[in-house]
Amino acid sequence: MKSFKKISLMMLIAAFMIIAAACGSDSSSDKDSGGGKDSGELSGSISVSGSSAMQPLIAAAAEEFMAENPKVDIQVNAGGSGTGLSQVAEGSVQIGNSDVFAEEKEGIPADKLVDHKVAVVGMTAAVNPKVGIDDIKKEDLIKVFTGKITNWKELGGKDQKIVLVNRPDSSGTRAVFNHFALDGATPAEGITEDSSNTVKKIINETEGAIGYLAFSYFTDDSVTPLSIDGVKPTAENVQSGKFPVWAYQHSYTKGEAEGLTKAFLDYLMSDDIQNTLLKEQGYLPVTKMKVERDAEGNQKNI
Amino acid sequence: MEKLLPAKDRLLKSKRSRLDGEFRGKLIVILCAVIMISATIAITIFLGTKGMQSFTKNGISIIEFLTSTNWNPTDKASPMYGVLPFIFGSFAVTFLAALIAAPLGIGGAIFMTEIAPSWGRKILQPIVELLVGIPSVVYGFIGLTVLVPFIRENVGGLGFSLLSGMIVLAVMILPTITTIATDAMSSLPNHLREGSYALGATRWQTIRKVLVPAAMPSLLTAIILGMARAFGEALAVQMVIGNVRNLPSSILDASATLTTIITLNMGHTTYGSVENNTLWSMGLILLIMSFAFILLIRYLSSRRKLR
Repeated sequence: MKSFKKISLMMLIAAFMIIAAACGSDSSSDKDSGGGKDSGELSGSISVSGSSAMQPLIAAAAEEFMAENPKVDIQVNAGGSGTGLSQVAEGSVQIGNSDVFAEEKEGIPADKLVDHKVAVVGMTAAVNPKVGIDDIKKEDLIKVFTGKITNWKELGGKDQKIVLVNRPDSSGTRAVFNHFALDGATPAEGITEDSSNTVKKIINETEGAIGYLAFSYFTDDSVTPLSIDGVKPTAENVQSGKFPVWAYQHSYTKGEAEGLTKAFLDYLMSDDIQNTLLKEQGYLPVTKMKVERDAEGNQKNI
Repeated sequence: MEKLLPAKDRLLKSKRSRLDGEFRGKLIVILCAVIMISATIAITIFLGTKGMQSFTKNGISIIEFLTSTNWNPTDKASPMYGVLPFIFGSFAVTFLAALIAAPLGIGGAIFMTEIAPSWGRKILQPIVELLVGIPSVVYGFIGLTVLVPFIRENVGGLGFSLLSGMIVLAVMILPTITTIATDAMSSLPNHLREGSYALGATRWQTIRKVLVPAAMPSLLTAIILGMARAFGEALAVQMVIGNVRNLPSSILDASATLTTIITLNMGHTTYGSVENNTLWSMGLILLIMSFAFILLIRYLSSRRKLR
């Protein structure tokens, strides 16, 4: 009886220690990055966190990278751009993904972070196919989203009430759309959903609905992407700078990237990834852009 | 082996080991209790300090925060932090859900304990337990795919509404209410029933005039526990309620709750920013509300003991 209790107590303590040790080694492996920089073969582990929109792309790239470098371990978490920026700024991850510039987020020491623009994503307004329009003037789009136009027949569509589908206030997609499609106007109140798939589903099912989506979600006829001022929302028009609503996908590092982190970021910028994987995932290669943009949104040709 | 030892040794040994065992057992149990208590206190303190930051550090007035209906934290020129619409939305869906779930749950409990204690219980009990097992995200997904279009086509509005949120929540809290109400009804002493029948009361009269009043404090506890769950539910509600920042003017209007605003914005905000702090403040409101629910339950159960 006595020995049984002794054993059970020992096991309890052992269990605690294992848990504690597991936690400990987890956090230390996060910091242990970029090892084997000099040895030629890459090894070590890095963790990536941030924008949930970018997560599939980075995770797919990380998988291919790990296949080429078997000693490397890259963990990709999603959690939102804010989380990614916060975590990279405090050093708990090596790469923080964001769909907005760090300068636009409050409480982030943007001068300490180094920006790596890894992809471009174009987005445009999308309407329910039954609305009956596929082109909209920018001023009308602003009026639609600020609630000044409330019925599609005013724009030559069907006699249907306009239903807005928004993103949460702090969402990067919303910030980009407000800035470049609505010229900074504050949209009127409407249904708010976070996930692009839910937004697409709602637009498809609701009469007269309008929202905004990244190009990669226009894979079928369930929603109609709108041209703005007659410019079609295509990759070519974004690359040439004709279509205004697009954003960089940023990978931030704290200070200059080095070692394994640098190798992975270089890999993301390689033609291999930029021309194949990015396209598969619906992004536009940043290397093909003929225009560039700074944090304030000023655009210039390169 | 032990049986071969002389009685004296055996007794001495067992006495020592029993004392040891007593001590060890006590230690383990106390340790569990301390871990639980300190976890709760730590969460409360953390949420308290984090939640107060938007008032102390960012200088938002508490009164404006609680009473203003304008929520626009991203406006650079004049950000507005009024969470009244969300507090209202949380309370509205919670009470409306309880309004549906309470009669259903208590009715089911009476059916299981009084009307058909044998076969009724055999059928209803597993069904109720099954409802508990369905994850909230599945409720939300069913709500989004089935309920929202149904309301849009048959009742009116967009479908994303207080009504949808209330129906989804009612189904979710139904098991909580039914289970606790069933326990309350079946724990009533049998002499209450027998005494009532002996006075010539019918079964329905017995249920209505004797059993339900006698179980009332426990039934109220059941309803409040259900409401506490509804108040804190985020995922399922977020998918069907529409998350609009305005005060709803009818039950068919889209609305938002404290929890849905937190889950929608959490990932996008950066630690330490005003926006993030206001989300913590909303979390603090949720914590205070759940304390209030617990106090109410304590009060009700103390009243039951006095009887």
